[in-house]
Amino acid sequence: MEVFVVSLLNGLVYGMLLFMLASGLTLILSMMGVLNFAHASAYMLGAYFAYTISQYIGFWPALIIAPVLCGLIGAGIEMWGLRRVHQNGHIAELLFTFGLALLIEKGVQMTWGLLPVPYRVPELLDFPLFKIYGTQFPAYRAFMLLISALMFGAIWLGLTRTRIGLVIQAALTHPDMASALGHNVPRIFTLVFAAGTALAGLAGVIGGNYQVTEPAMAFTMGPIVFVVVVFGGLGSLSGCFIASILMGLIQTFAVVFDVSLADLLAKFGFVVTSSTPFAEILTVTLPRIGALLPFLMMVLILVFRPRGLMGTRDT
Amino acid sequence: MMLEVRDLHAFYGKSHILQGVDLSVDQGEIVSLLGRNGVGRSTACKTIMGLVPPAGQINFKGRAIAGLRPDQIAHLGIGYVPEDRQVFPGLTVRQNLELGLKRAGVVGRWKFEDVFKLFPNLGERQDNPAGVLSGGEQQMLTMCRTLMGDPDLVIIDEPTEGLAPKLVEQVGTLLDEIARRGTAILLVEQKLTIALKISRRLYVMGHGRIVFEGTPAELAANAGVRKEWLEV
Repeated sequence: MEVFVVSLLNGLVYGMLLFMLASGLTLILSMMGVLNFAHASAYMLGAYFAYTISQYIGFWPALIIAPVLCGLIGAGIEMWGLRRVHQNGHIAELLFTFGLALLIEKGVQMTWGLLPVPYRVPELLDFPLFKIYGTQFPAYRAFMLLISALMFGAIWLGLTRTRIGLVIQAALTHPDMASALGHNVPRIFTLVFAAGTALAGLAGVIGGNYQVTEPAMAFTMGPIVFVVVVFGGLGSLSGCFIASILMGLIQTFAVVFDVSLADLLAKFGFVVTSSTPFAEILTVTLPRIGALLPFLMMVLILVFRPRGLMGTRDT
Repeated sequence: MMLEVRDLHAFYGKSHILQGVDLSVDQGEIVSLLGRNGVGRSTACKTIMGLVPPAGQINFKGRAIAGLRPDQIAHLGIGYVPEDRQVFPGLTVRQNLELGLKRAGVVGRWKFEDVFKLFPNLGERQDNPAGVLSGGEQQMLTMCRTLMGDPDLVIIDEPTEGLAPKLVEQVGTLLDEIARRGTAILLVEQKLTIALKISRRLYVMGHGRIVFEGTPAELAANAGVRKEWLEV
């Protein structure tokens, strides 16, 4: 039970962090058709910016400034890069964002070095919030949950209650129609791209000190975020939300349940020994393949339900 | 002339879809663009609207609009209703209409009440997602959404396609109402019924060009054109 509650909370924290990244990516992908490989790079930049800013003026200003910087970079990339490349088709865009991701990684390595930087949780939040069954729950994780929940609320209100949100929703399904009705769709694209990168940056600010701030963090986070987007379905923020939380929980729970197929078979009275065929595979424990589970789910959903959980069109 | 199109060409990749189209629409006039499927009528609409890159001359209210973005063209006063009923499925009926407005809360010749009076179904379902409406209701919503932007000229692409006869009649009523309020219409149709009844002038398109231009009476008298370019 104790393992369950703690893992549930941790899974939720991780899931919300994933959602902060995936929500931007899913909007960009469904609206503009751009598979943005550099999205997780904004996450990394957010963490590094926050690290540097907090050395000078502290964590709290960094919480605002770092995402804004990421958003501005995103707007620049969209206006002066993507928009031109877009005319040459999706392959060109894909290669463009891929190149960008590599450039940002090298840039980060040259600026901040190859080793992880000591980006730490602010002192104010560096205490255990409560104890359940002898395990401490850090206050910072609660703070992460709070920030993600606030952000989720803000996105939802923005998309459903404001006119610009309605135009974004309209442009998600029918960009040409939205534009023919007099809405400046390229400007909406820039806005969405900037907001998406700013969100990824924010995820970096609050996730970089929870995990590790290092040059490889973009390339470890990137694929998982893609899985979430595909799994949740294109064009659906609710699907994206569910997929994020699910993925967060799966990854957290996979680490704590030390079971294998052999254990399962043993329950049915079938004992696996080293001479059983495929014994190597049958005795692999869940934590060892935990990192693979998201990709397994992506492959399965692409084959059996290409629209994802709640998508409005095929991936 | 309010809209004047001269020697308009358009391409999809390497296929030359519009091969020099000339047409014009005057203020408050109803003009129909007829022709079989695939002759380029829809492409002509999209090209005028800026959704397909144009080559040639398009003037609207004396201003060259070829090369402008669709939203700029819309703000100059051209409305466009596509053939495939592009309602925004996740938004409510009312939100769909709101997005037809060029500026939040600024209505012109068409008000929400006008739409709901003409089509009570839309009024009853104004808080439902547009995606659950029937095909006919979606067609009416698409037309009314464009009208909310108060265009001076509205390009309507095959509004009666796939509609039951009773709904075709409703489309006819709406077209009459649009004209009565002084908005010019460029109507793309395949069927002759409505077009002959309401248009002042007609164009017939074939193979990316205009092959006939005249009044409904002239087209009715010209069996050759109808046989070669219209009848299936």
